[in-house]
Amino acid sequence: MPQPLDILVETPSQTAGPYVHIGCIPSFAGIDGIYPQDLAESPIADGAKGEIITISGSIYDGTGWAMRDAMFESWQADAAGRYPGMDGADPKVSGFCRFAADKDSGEYTLRTVKPGAVQTRQGQWMAPHISIWIVARGINVGLSTRIYFAEDDHSADPLLSRIEHRPRVDTLIAVKDDQGIYRQDFHLQGDLETVFLDL
Amino acid sequence: MTDTAPLMPRRREVHPDPYDPAYKTSVTRSPKLPLLALESTPTEETGPLFTHDLIGPLDNNLIVNFTQGKGLAVGERIRVHGKVMDEQGRPVPNTLVEIWQANAGGRYRHIKDTYFAPLDPNFGGCGRTLTDEDGSYEFMTVRPGAYPWPNRANDWRPMHIHFSIFGHAFGQRLISQMYFEGDPLIARCPIVETIKDRSQIERLVAPLDMQNSRGMDYLAYRFDIVLRGRRQTRFENKLEGM
Ligand SMILES: [Fe+2]
Repeated sequence: MPQPLDILVETPSQTAGPYVHIGCIPSFAGIDGIYPQDLAESPIADGAKGEIITISGSIYDGTGWAMRDAMFESWQADAAGRYPGMDGADPKVSGFCRFAADKDSGEYTLRTVKPGAVQTRQGQWMAPHISIWIVARGINVGLSTRIYFAEDDHSADPLLSRIEHRPRVDTLIAVKDDQGIYRQDFHLQGDLETVFLDL
Repeated sequence: MTDTAPLMPRRREVHPDPYDPAYKTSVTRSPKLPLLALESTPTEETGPLFTHDLIGPLDNNLIVNFTQGKGLAVGERIRVHGKVMDEQGRPVPNTLVEIWQANAGGRYRHIKDTYFAPLDPNFGGCGRTLTDEDGSYEFMTVRPGAYPWPNRANDWRPMHIHFSIFGHAFGQRLISQMYFEGDPLIARCPIVETIKDRSQIERLVAPLDMQNSRGMDYLAYRFDIVLRGRRQTRFENKLEGM
């Protein structure tokens, strides 16, 4: 027998279930008074540098129904492409936000600053993007994806370049509507199935 | 600056199957196409960090946090404690651990929960804490009741506590559930059974920990959590080709 590998195994995921709001955004679930406010209601504070943007959309299950019970988390760099904790990062950008699908319409809304491009360890530039993590009843392992922005040059982005089926790139790209709001829907299945990530 | 080495790839086979017809809701909520796999980037290797000033003194005590100490939740008093580590076995300090659960009768304080069991006016059902320097955490709570749920005609969730853990990188993000040693409903639960590796199911079953229980007060359960680790190498963090 060779030496054993001294590596532990990750704890398995389980679905967040229908009541994830109680634990993660209790005020949204009508539970007030335990915490002063829900965690990470906004990824920015007043005075954050950069363009303030709003992104809105829905997440659709395999029947095309907009899910009313999903919870989202977003993580992003500041307008200069720096993550919190990096040298020179904008102190007004926490970069992290929690939000939920509306219980009546299924729509979510994220108001933030548009992030800057971020360099990888290998020196490649990733186009501006926001990382999204989605949990809900029926999702056994939280789903990761990204939101990119239509107006940016994506030709050198190392992640988008790896998508073999080029039409699927569009599933990660938010487009501004005539109100100036970025629209980004997520589709769990079907012709428009979002590219989900394993990074 | 915290460690920003690449994350070890997630071993998908140790996690539940995303699509499992026995858990009906997963049928329409699981991606059909393969995930796009790449080495982690700074986006996944960094993540939100929290500090102890976020946490109120009662946040990790679900017996009293809903009433802010004015009343006690109904149920069997338990202490749930353990350690958060990474795959390298290193403790994960100062990471946020959040829990939520049903009350002792199996009822959640949520508009979607219409089970017969009554709400407990003294129980909200959520708590949070930050791990210590050695990765350890603890909660005081009441043992949650089992409850029926709409799946097959007679499906019941075993007693469980939902856990949300951050780690130090967004790519470590994990939500899971803790079960209780000896609960016969564990082996009958389609949500538990989405995990196909039996030894991984056992990872979610907290043993009774009599040595950390307190006579005339509470029983203890031990629940350790392992998050993704980071690859250790001296040859990285250099420009390509160097
Ligand atoms: Fe539950």
